[in-house]
Amino acid sequence: MSKTEITSILATDCGSTTTKAILIEKRDNVFRLVVRGEAPTTVEAPVEDVTQGVLNAVSEVQELAGRQILTDDGKAIIKPIKDGKGVDLYVSTSSAGGGLQMMVSGVVKTMSGESATRAALGAGAIVMDVLATNDGRLPHQKIQRIRHLRPDMILLSGGVDGGTKSHVIALAEIIAAASPKARLGAGYELPVLYAGNKDAQAEIKETLGTKVALDITDNLRPSMESENLMPTRQKIQHLFLEHVMSHAPGYPHLMELTDEDIMPTPGAVGDIMQLISRKKGLTVVGADIGGATTDVFSVFQGIYNKSVSANYGMSYSISNVFAEAGLENIMRWVPFEMDERDLRNRVKNKMIRPTTIPYLLEELMVEQACAREALRLSFDQHRSLAVGLKGIQQERTIGDVFEQTMTGETLVNLKDLNMLIGSGGVLSHAPRRQQTAMMLIDSFLPEGLTQLTVDSIFMMPQLGVLAKVHEEAALSVFERDCLIYLGTCVAPTGIVKKTGEAVLDYVLTKQNGDVLKGTVNGGELNVVKLAVGETAKIVIHPKRHYDMGNGPGKDFEGEVSGGIVGLIFDTRGRPFKFPTDNAERVKLVKSWYKALDLYPGL
Amino acid sequence: MASAYTPGLKIVSKTLVEKDRKLPLLGEVRVKKGDKVKAESVVASTNLPGNVFMVNIANLLSIEPHEIKDFLKKKEGDRVEKDDIIAETTGFFGFFKSCVRSPIKGSIENLSTATGQAVLREPPIPVEVHAYVDGEIDDIYPNEGVKIKTTATYIQGIFGIGGEVTGLLEVVSSSPDAVLEKDDIKPVHAGKIIVGGSLVTAEALQKAIDVGVRGVIVGGYDAHDLKEFLGYDLGVAITGTEEKGITLVVTEGFGKIQMAHKTYELLKAAEGMKTSINGATQIRAGVIRPEVIIPLIVEAHDEQVHQGNNGMLVGTSVRIIRQPHFGEVAKVVNLPEKPVVIESEAKVRVVDIETTSGLKLTLPRANVEIIEE
Repeated sequence: MSKTEITSILATDCGSTTTKAILIEKRDNVFRLVVRGEAPTTVEAPVEDVTQGVLNAVSEVQELAGRQILTDDGKAIIKPIKDGKGVDLYVSTSSAGGGLQMMVSGVVKTMSGESATRAALGAGAIVMDVLATNDGRLPHQKIQRIRHLRPDMILLSGGVDGGTKSHVIALAEIIAAASPKARLGAGYELPVLYAGNKDAQAEIKETLGTKVALDITDNLRPSMESENLMPTRQKIQHLFLEHVMSHAPGYPHLMELTDEDIMPTPGAVGDIMQLISRKKGLTVVGADIGGATTDVFSVFQGIYNKSVSANYGMSYSISNVFAEAGLENIMRWVPFEMDERDLRNRVKNKMIRPTTIPYLLEELMVEQACAREALRLSFDQHRSLAVGLKGIQQERTIGDVFEQTMTGETLVNLKDLNMLIGSGGVLSHAPRRQQTAMMLIDSFLPEGLTQLTVDSIFMMPQLGVLAKVHEEAALSVFERDCLIYLGTCVAPTGIVKKTGEAVLDYVLTKQNGDVLKGTVNGGELNVVKLAVGETAKIVIHPKRHYDMGNGPGKDFEGEVSGGIVGLIFDTRGRPFKFPTDNAERVKLVKSWYKALDLYPGL
Repeated sequence: MASAYTPGLKIVSKTLVEKDRKLPLLGEVRVKKGDKVKAESVVASTNLPGNVFMVNIANLLSIEPHEIKDFLKKKEGDRVEKDDIIAETTGFFGFFKSCVRSPIKGSIENLSTATGQAVLREPPIPVEVHAYVDGEIDDIYPNEGVKIKTTATYIQGIFGIGGEVTGLLEVVSSSPDAVLEKDDIKPVHAGKIIVGGSLVTAEALQKAIDVGVRGVIVGGYDAHDLKEFLGYDLGVAITGTEEKGITLVVTEGFGKIQMAHKTYELLKAAEGMKTSINGATQIRAGVIRPEVIIPLIVEAHDEQVHQGNNGMLVGTSVRIIRQPHFGEVAKVVNLPEKPVVIESEAKVRVVDIETTSGLKLTLPRANVEIIEE
């Protein structure tokens, strides 16, 4: 079927907790989202077939759309559309079953090891461990680690082209000695991808050729000064489908149903984030918070980076968020007191029954507090990963003497950030959009002017994979139905010494000529209504010690965009601290939540 | 008729349980199809390859990697004792020799002239796989293991700690809402699998270990006690390898939660019977829940054997799995099609239910689970 004939598209995303299905249809020559359905992902016994979750989600879509999509026995999708039944195209992404779990290895941990990690993450994988010649472990410890982790795939890299070969061959010998077995499916060989010094390919073949399913691609770090990650990323996605997915429970069946290759969810979301950055010419930070993992994406200086925090999430991993962030950090966001034992039990119960949703308001508040911490921890990890190349020589002029930076500094600079994009159940399905805006601000602590957006109903993964086969449909739905503009956050840097003292004055000139003036005090949050699609000119006069980007106390001019929430002045300081007295903290947190009308009855 | 899919734990009085018992590597199957086996029987065995040690001969002898072949005293496949010489230089007129000795007893697996390294492997480690449940060998996976079938009472737990154990079942708590206290546990419970009600206290669990109880099945367990018991805050629910001297199967969740009546009654009916339990839980990739298997003495598998989950319908028994009313049992009254706004202001698909105490509630469909009957 040609693209022009396609009028109805079904797209699913099999998450670790929930399988989401969306139905897109061409109406009046424009592709629009029609309905969305969801069902628990079925990787658990007795079903253990991911297709069942897909069919359940599609059956909900059927019910809501009021027309038949599945065959009468409910076991397949009717294709192409005929007499109003079925769809023309079906695509899917997946992170169910734990996603793609990889080990990577490089000769030097901070050089080829890091490049290999970036390549694997960019392909949508979770990196379980990085093996390197200089990682401080003895060979037998590395071997035990490989056997214990049972990754889905190993990426072997190291050595620049034309450089020394012995180190990367030694790593290959370690992998060969471990004789690793695949996590899923006892009967197949583990895929190992070699992307190191091209001169060592023959020796690598000799060492590993008979022990694993070896594949070879271009060196991902051909020289110290350059990275070449794309061939490796493409190969990883190919091997993921060919070796890993085909052995996961129910995937061979799902692969038969789809019209295009199934993509790993983070890979699809990353593609959409890059598309936004490219089309709008913006620096972007995006976060997709799921049940098991949180993925963070960024595009700064035109460089795309992605990190996967494998154990920070809102259901399967919520207990880990609790353990890593600590009780105090979670509770600082909660505007009431809770018994510690009770809270621990509630968090663990969510972990063991991951598909449940908060019915009570207080439970919603606790879950959103956990989300803030999961996002904060994931963003910290992202910042440490999104760095420039390490180990290269830098040219410096005499003028740089007093401003020397090390190689490998993080590329993430919040003052340069234009747009923050949230995705994932807890952000997309928050009952009030103000809650989403607040969670994004509290966890990422944006500085200067930052536009806040959210994936309306958590459909970026499906649009990411759809863009591969039908970009027009994906972009149409993305612009019209997916991205929700929440507003703009205005946040000067500087520490608030005294709550209530003036931090900045502003003059806001709207498109219709209305002028608004105001002063915002330290420790506060203030909202000025500015509707979706509206823009306004803003002039800010920060007080001494406060900086909007032009230096402490220096005036700042810019343009702000409106949204469902509006313009949010966050003058709590960067960084900001909570009062040590609990009653004072509760009072302050309540005042923030009240300013944004975050919860009913505050 | 409206219906909905919702996951549920399996709690059945009589079902056909099939267990694959496989070796981690290929080996020898020690039984044949049709054999009757006991839980303790060895059904397959193999030898796991020993640990690997790497020795850099080139570095130790200060020679180039490709030169090592001139100095080797052993070849690939040779057996070595600890301190055997693997490679040695000729020295100067037979003096000032340098040598490399084996750090382990084992064999030479690989000698690399590219890196100058020797890979040595320790002797194999024997591994045996037990039947785990009393039953019959239903199928043989050549060189891999067996499938065992047994007709049994089968109860899936929600969370557990510790691995596979077998023992006679004894119900200690007098009702499903009773707390299993320290004083309830007596020396006569040694070697048994005991059943509590709504909670096992930290002291009771410790006493159970002290008297030699093999396993505890209980409704609830406190998350704070779990942290103290394990010595760390469990982040991701992957358990089963803890060596705490006991296996714990929690049937309902964290906190004090009355054990489901049906579960309690099934366990009560099976008192004195040989029971196999496993606390292993993996709540992610390829979910594994803890289990209780009580093989029944029946000659033939009769038609009452339970099969499958038919989804949630009006009349289905469900359990509430989140606050409010966590743990209560109810019947489905209605499955409204349109999403409804609940107290947290979320708009979700709901189910109307009536609890056993007559309370009518509307809850998110995701917050109830089917009790299989």
